[in-house]
Amino acid sequence: MNELTTKTAAELAAAVAGGEVSAAEVTAAHLARIEAVEGQVNAFLHVAADAAARASEIDARRAAGAPLGPLGGVPVAVKDLFATVGMPTTCGSRILEGWHPPYESTITRRLREAGAILIGKTNMDEFAMGSSTENSAYGPSHNPWDLSFVPGGSSGGSAAAVAAYEAPLALGTDTGGSIREPAAVCGIVGTKPTYGGSSRYGVVAFASSLDTPGPLARSVLDAALLHEAMSGHDPMDSTSIDAPVPPVVAAARQADVAGMRIGIVSEFSGEGYQPGVMTRFNEAVELLESLGAKVTEISCRHFKYAMPAYYLIAPSEVSSNLARFDGMRYGLRASASSAEETMSLSRDAGFGDEAKRRIVLGTYALSSGYYDAYYGKAQQVRTLIIRDFDAAFEQVDVLVSPSSPTTAFPIGERADDPIAMYLADLCTIPSNLAGNAAISVPCGLAPENGLPVGLHVMAPVLADDRLYRVGAAVEAAFESRWGHPLLTEAKGLSA
Amino acid sequence: MTVTYEEALQKYEPVFGLETHVELGTRTKMFCGCPTAFGAEPNTQVCPVCLGLPGSLPVVNQRAIEFAIRIGLALNCSIASWCRFARKNYFYPDMPKNFQISQYDEPLCTDGYLDVLTGGETVRVGIERVHLEEDTGKSLHVGGATGRIQGAEYSLVDYNRSGIPLVEIVTKPVPGTGYLAPEVARAYVTELRDVLRTLGVSDVRMEEGSMRCDVNTSIAARGSGAWGTRTETKNVNSLRSVERAVRSEISRQAGVLDAGERVVQETRHFHEDTGVTTSGRSKEEAQDYRYFPEPDLVPVAPADEWVSSIRASLPELPSARRARLISAWSLSELEFESLRNAGALDVVEATVAVGASPADARKWWLGELARKANDDGIEVSALPITPSDVARIAALVKAGTLNDRLAREVIDGVLWGEGTPDEVVEKRGLAVVSDDSALIAAVDEAIAAHPDVAEKVRGGKVAAAGALVGAVMKATRGQADAPRVRELILERLS
Amino acid sequence: MAITRDEVAHLARLSRLALSDEELDHLAPQLDQIISSVAQVQEVAAEGIPPTSHATGLTNVFRDDEPVACLSPAEALFGAPAEELQRFKVPRILVEE
Repeated sequence: MNELTTKTAAELAAAVAGGEVSAAEVTAAHLARIEAVEGQVNAFLHVAADAAARASEIDARRAAGAPLGPLGGVPVAVKDLFATVGMPTTCGSRILEGWHPPYESTITRRLREAGAILIGKTNMDEFAMGSSTENSAYGPSHNPWDLSFVPGGSSGGSAAAVAAYEAPLALGTDTGGSIREPAAVCGIVGTKPTYGGSSRYGVVAFASSLDTPGPLARSVLDAALLHEAMSGHDPMDSTSIDAPVPPVVAAARQADVAGMRIGIVSEFSGEGYQPGVMTRFNEAVELLESLGAKVTEISCRHFKYAMPAYYLIAPSEVSSNLARFDGMRYGLRASASSAEETMSLSRDAGFGDEAKRRIVLGTYALSSGYYDAYYGKAQQVRTLIIRDFDAAFEQVDVLVSPSSPTTAFPIGERADDPIAMYLADLCTIPSNLAGNAAISVPCGLAPENGLPVGLHVMAPVLADDRLYRVGAAVEAAFESRWGHPLLTEAKGLSA
Repeated sequence: MTVTYEEALQKYEPVFGLETHVELGTRTKMFCGCPTAFGAEPNTQVCPVCLGLPGSLPVVNQRAIEFAIRIGLALNCSIASWCRFARKNYFYPDMPKNFQISQYDEPLCTDGYLDVLTGGETVRVGIERVHLEEDTGKSLHVGGATGRIQGAEYSLVDYNRSGIPLVEIVTKPVPGTGYLAPEVARAYVTELRDVLRTLGVSDVRMEEGSMRCDVNTSIAARGSGAWGTRTETKNVNSLRSVERAVRSEISRQAGVLDAGERVVQETRHFHEDTGVTTSGRSKEEAQDYRYFPEPDLVPVAPADEWVSSIRASLPELPSARRARLISAWSLSELEFESLRNAGALDVVEATVAVGASPADARKWWLGELARKANDDGIEVSALPITPSDVARIAALVKAGTLNDRLAREVIDGVLWGEGTPDEVVEKRGLAVVSDDSALIAAVDEAIAAHPDVAEKVRGGKVAAAGALVGAVMKATRGQADAPRVRELILERLS
Repeated sequence: MAITRDEVAHLARLSRLALSDEELDHLAPQLDQIISSVAQVQEVAAEGIPPTSHATGLTNVFRDDEPVACLSPAEALFGAPAEELQRFKVPRILVEE
């Protein structure tokens, strides 16, 4: 493995800007790595044909003395639901196979402007529905820690690509945990920014009121760099917050938790939580205390209803968001004699099981007669969860929990057991319902299986910087204890 | 069973209501910056948002909200202090997202009214709600004989219209108008159209589809106090059709009830050519639109100051203008209606504003000029004559320089492009003969030529002088001032 | 039972999904299980609690009524399964709704 692929994004950007290495070399090293390991990982659905050319443009800019942007020459892997000009966008679905968007998402445009090299589009659960990437129409991605395990999901391709050193940075989206859970089970860092802090324009919608684009990276500082570069107000997204981006990069550099008040969510433990996950989580809490944080336990009594509320709200929104895929204007069209039949057959042929389950579930929840009992009630639960967070954040600066109740699970184990699959997002869902910020940072390996465990940190709306203070402090302390980054222990890949 | 409208009204009492969709005259669409011009080449005014491409997001056009509030205020509605858009979910090829962004249980404007004048009477039509939504694309149906959807082999969809802002204005049911129901329905749409035009929020062209009506009609036995099952007639796209659709639906429903059957609650289609409604295709499953709050848009909460400033900027509305003009010009409501129906309000008011009396202005615009416009098949306001010209002509008549017949010649001259009224009088030599000596000669000739008439006048039959006046006018080729001629005749014969 | 196979079939038609019998056999019991599980929300005492549809609390996000560039017809129609006369060609439409 070329050592350029083991560098952090911060290091690469500095090296390219300083002329120590060219963007072309950086890109070539990552393309070679992709070539070498993709057969094992299956993280990418598409590798950018123009990556080398884009890198040469960066080098030409540097030669001309022009500024490169904060991510100048740094490869970024992009979850395949960001609309990108020049690359297909499939959302992991058969129904969008070969679709080339005629427009660019705000975030990928910003990254291109920041000098990033969009190196390819990553695999995902179909339309971001899942926690394993097994719901991709293009085959599952594999966890670089153990190829027979899932990399989490739905941003599993992005997490696997970063963990396999195919890219230092990746974009994901998090609707119920789809960045944090794969980051946790792949042993990397992943952030769900404050809802409205990162633009959804050009991000194919799963559940509009919950979807949040965010960064995945191997280090907390790298995640902060991508977080900062992708964020900020976007007039094309009505739900985008017109406020300064929280100082996440400065916070990651500060890496100090002395005096911070940290609350352990008491609801997120007990039955269903893997012992090794709790062991590592408790160690992380002790570590935070040793770094000067004040730790207390906080009860958020409505969090146990977050999961059922989520599985009403998200399917309701997705049943409507996915209605447009009907074979009339783009995408897969089945052959039939009427428009109505063409729609029904195209949708049946184009969507996988999980998409169908959720479409039917959402259609049910929104039906007249059921609306108040299901969708309406779920929206009230959402209010109660926001109130729980508000009350908790009056007492503490951040809340912590395990990122997921278990480590990665074997491919196939939960593939046709939706309820078991849904449990992977138990701890992450409340922040999606409330719209606040949360991060997953590695906190060790579960003793029983040697797979990574994530520490989940939740902060109030627009206090994303606190995540990076805590995350960077934990990362620094653990790495000094371990003597190396956790990921260097991943031995799943034969290359 | 066929029942005439008159027979139907003897037994039944109708109730109607209207849902009117109006395309707003904003420069851009409801949720994206695509232009809204009518008649562009297909699929040239589209973008990821109005094509519903994956990943695209709507952003509300502020002007559309302002226009909807203007309409709400003009219709005496309450403006919501907080409301949301909702998704109306159903599948149809001309709807690119397979949901329509609309408003459901939180409309922007509620509970108003519009007073409409018909047959000299004012009827207050309640307004249930005014809400905003987006229009759909337009389909061209290919194959089959009629270009209609039925029997077509396939359809071709143009999304230029997709996303154009629409307001839907829904009346409350209007009971108690009896025989006049069809006329009141028409008068409501007419008044609404005038209000919208006055507000400058839409070009309200029914023929281009920028204003479209659905008519709800029901009937119940007279005196029963009950309301019948209503039908919703779609595709009613002219003022005349509104009236015909209500009339035809009342007759049809009376026939159904007389036959001992029940009126089915259904959608019906109005056919302009035959003036009747036919049943819409029955649906295999009851429609369930699964409304829910649009998560891609945040709530709209118009600030009081904004609403107040919009209220302050409202132009004078047709009803206020009606009250003002009826009072200022001493008109009856029927006289006002005839002015309005002739489309002459603006020109008459402008003519009065430059000095003509209201009576003169009405006389010329509703008389000679209305005839000319009618001959040419245009609106009076489109005639190539200005209110100032008409005021000048009226002034010349009043001064005795012209009489009515000469004035009509001057009007002809102006319409023919011969110049201002004064230039036409000059060029055509049309001034009234006001030289008494010339007139006296003509009067004496006329008396001499009609001794029997002169004798009658001398005998006190003053009315007989008319024949002599006519003779003098004929002799002077109309250029004499008839009242003066009459005076001279009476002087000579006294 | 929270939901029957027939109800699932009805919902599938409403959502324009031509589910096969095998798919219905497979999905209906799963949906029954999921619905039974999500029905827990009904336990929550939520009387008087306002619903949250938007977590940001934003209101009045508008754009000015200023035209911006459109797609070209070629871009608009690029992914169309069928086109004719610069329009999207769709199979005959059976019902009017």
